[in-house]
Amino acid sequence: MLSVKNVIDIDDLSVNDIEIILENADTFNEVLERDLKKVPALRGKTVINMFFENSTRTRISFELAAKRLSADIINFSSSTSSLKKGESIIDTIKTIRSMIADLLVIRHSDSGVMSFISNNIDLPIINAGDGKHQHPTQALLDLYTIKKSFGKFKGLSVAIAGDIVNSRVARSNMLLFKKMGMEVTLVSAPMLLPEDLSHYGVSVKSCIDEIIKTVDILYMLRMQFERQERKYYPSVKEYNRFLALDEKRLNMMKKNSLLMHPGPVNRDIEISENVMNLENSMPEKIKINEQVRNGVAVRMALIYLILTKE
Amino acid sequence: MKEKALILNESDIDRILKRISHEILERNKGAKNLVFVGIQKRGVPLARRIANNIKELEGTEMFAGKLDISFYRDDVAKRVKPNVEITDIPFVIDGKDVILVDDVLFTGRTIRASLDALTDFGRPRTIQLVVLIDRGHRELPIRADYVGKNMPTSLNERIEVSLKETDGKDSVTIYESS
Repeated sequence: MLSVKNVIDIDDLSVNDIEIILENADTFNEVLERDLKKVPALRGKTVINMFFENSTRTRISFELAAKRLSADIINFSSSTSSLKKGESIIDTIKTIRSMIADLLVIRHSDSGVMSFISNNIDLPIINAGDGKHQHPTQALLDLYTIKKSFGKFKGLSVAIAGDIVNSRVARSNMLLFKKMGMEVTLVSAPMLLPEDLSHYGVSVKSCIDEIIKTVDILYMLRMQFERQERKYYPSVKEYNRFLALDEKRLNMMKKNSLLMHPGPVNRDIEISENVMNLENSMPEKIKINEQVRNGVAVRMALIYLILTKE
Repeated sequence: MKEKALILNESDIDRILKRISHEILERNKGAKNLVFVGIQKRGVPLARRIANNIKELEGTEMFAGKLDISFYRDDVAKRVKPNVEITDIPFVIDGKDVILVDDVLFTGRTIRASLDALTDFGRPRTIQLVVLIDRGHRELPIRADYVGKNMPTSLNERIEVSLKETDGKDSVTIYESS
């Protein structure tokens, strides 16, 4: 059983919680491989997907996860809601709460809005991404993907490359990978790094070539143009030279190493078109589609564990 | 809980499983359409043992799968089961005679959930139930086809089944709350 009621921040989860989540993800992965991919576990429960920010894979992934568990799921989208009439977030959530829901899945563009909401609402919350702060379910599905390939975490070296400062995925993943005993290196440029990295316990490199031959996992991030109020990098060409993955660099990666990316990929910016087209022929190395697939099983595990907690 | 009596020891369990193996073969006129599914957790080794007995008697390879019914319980929200075990049925059950195996038959709710779960995997020709102990107190209209031992109990008693594969020894013991 989980020690927490909400999944907002990786720091809230104990190693034991994480192991429970991954074990349960395995059992749900088996359900997803059946002809009939649905179990009646959460009949009568209601999950509300509240997305105040755009999303394709995360929203659909949560929706599928809830449906595969037989829970009802309501999709709320801020652009067509009374928020446009000026209703506050808390009032919006209270309105939905009075229609009796059991779990809120929330994405919002403000970093840290989750703890504000959880202090005002007595429903369990899963953070589906808040601003530049955290994206814990992404980190957990990435960890599960790594577990399926390596079967362990301790001593694995992972490099997270690209736009770190704007990335909630990077923050959650650094914390989670470190917690599980992995060595984390950031590959980025000064302008794309947060000012203070001291409490993460990570090392920093400036070019992908410095780590490409030695890492077990290369985790590429998306250039988040929508969060960049100013220009963070001189040119795409410059970015390609230091921080992007092309076929030549892919071939330098060591045997049994993995390439991961949280999606959506900016083709020819962080990963070249050629590499993207190789995924079907190299499924043991390029894990981008598998990450998406594993996301449903991991989210099923989280929803199940939270809604069956006493 | 204090121990009241040892009901079955290792050789008792062994004899019971051999007898049930013969009964299954007799009733199904051989082994050719049989598959085995054990309910997690102690139904799994019992199913494996019966399948092995039948393999020795008939000389045909027998399939034995594992079924976890946590997601099919009618009391998911009321009763927390800490660890969900793996479900693994790597064979087709359509048209087969499925021998479903559990250690103790009590209220019948686990079996009801198992029937729902199995139905999600296909449409067997028949489903037949094996239990090592039937302790009574049914809450649903469910009965076993093959019973190791009928053991009428009171509700303040508890039956503990230990098996070598899961607990390091073979025994069935009855405990009474003091």
